[in-house]
Amino acid sequence: MNIEALKDLLYRLADDDLIIGHRNGEWTGIGPILEEDIAFSSMAQNAVGHAQAYYTLLHELLGEEHPDQIAFNRPAADFRSAQLVEMPIGDYAYSLVRHVLYDTAKPIRLDDLRNSSFRPLAELAKKLGREEKYHQLHAQTWLRQLGNATVESNARMQAALNEAYPQAFSLFEPTAMDEVIAAEGLQSREGALQAQWEEEIEQLIIGAGLKVPVVADKTAFHGGRNGRHSEHLPALLAEMTEVFAIDPAAAW
Amino acid sequence: MTVTEEQIMDYLDEVKDPEIPVISVVDLGVIHDVKFPLEGGVLVEMTPTFAGCPAIDAMKADVIQVLGKHGIHEVEVKVLYNEPWTTNKISPKGRELLKDFGLSPPPAFDGMLTLDVLQNAICPKCGSNNTYMMSTFGPTACRAIHHCRNCRETFEQFKPL
Repeated sequence: MNIEALKDLLYRLADDDLIIGHRNGEWTGIGPILEEDIAFSSMAQNAVGHAQAYYTLLHELLGEEHPDQIAFNRPAADFRSAQLVEMPIGDYAYSLVRHVLYDTAKPIRLDDLRNSSFRPLAELAKKLGREEKYHQLHAQTWLRQLGNATVESNARMQAALNEAYPQAFSLFEPTAMDEVIAAEGLQSREGALQAQWEEEIEQLIIGAGLKVPVVADKTAFHGGRNGRHSEHLPALLAEMTEVFAIDPAAAW
Repeated sequence: MTVTEEQIMDYLDEVKDPEIPVISVVDLGVIHDVKFPLEGGVLVEMTPTFAGCPAIDAMKADVIQVLGKHGIHEVEVKVLYNEPWTTNKISPKGRELLKDFGLSPPPAFDGMLTLDVLQNAICPKCGSNNTYMMSTFGPTACRAIHHCRNCRETFEQFKPL
């Protein structure tokens, strides 16, 4: 097994969940209605838990650092998360649409990983896939409801979609290891996952009475998989690691 | 002193879920295995319910504390992420306890967890299945909020997973 390819994949999976988890957690206490405050907080908790599970695999099976160190003690350039997840939460429509885009992509990836040649990852994907169903249900329910509700809700969802949709292609940015990862049976190629996602997400968007935005350059938000991020990630990390940085060796 | 797996499981029945204090870790099905390593002591393998559930750390500490109370001090608790827990692992007794606590027990399901299974809850107050899901997320990651059209109670369900 190509260990470098496996690490490349696991860091991407973990970092996406950690960063989207942090962003969704920013809605705790300020959600537009109580149920949504709770929903975004719960989804955040799940996502950070998923990140921790991947970091634990990296630590226990592949000799990487302790999950806390990986999560809290790396510069932005070492993060392999997609640019979509680091974007600020914006208004509720933006966060909701990003959640729809992300939690439509994630089940496709987890389904694929169920067949991964790295057995611990395949087993983990089965577990996380079941939790993910709740995120999917939440995403699709609200997309349909707000897309089809009023002229204003439709317009706000469309505006959010126009902004977030081009960014979402960053989730499928291939790395230099893309071919090796597929050849080793660790995961299918990013291009194949993206094609499946495009098909599913377009149906959801149309079903919600919204228009699929035209994306001129699907690579416009690439870079994150190679550590190239927007200015938003260092700012997020500074906040996320503020307490940890006071005493990195502290026991909790 | 020799101690059997059965005894350990008996002791572990005293460890309750900190968020649902009526059900033990044994009835919840989160004790994956109890092992006796050659070098001595006891190894308890646990599998978390939801991957991000913060209760696992409390349960881990309680396992060590309870076994210590029974004179077993060399205890290691390992949390496994690659042994998927599912609500199908909750014991029949555990399901009854959940219901008495006011939480609709998760429906048993075969194979894939479908969106239909997710939305199907039986009211713990009146037993009706004429219910609908109000919110996918509740006070903890493992609970959803449903409403009963029959007795008009709003209730929590332990989500099928």
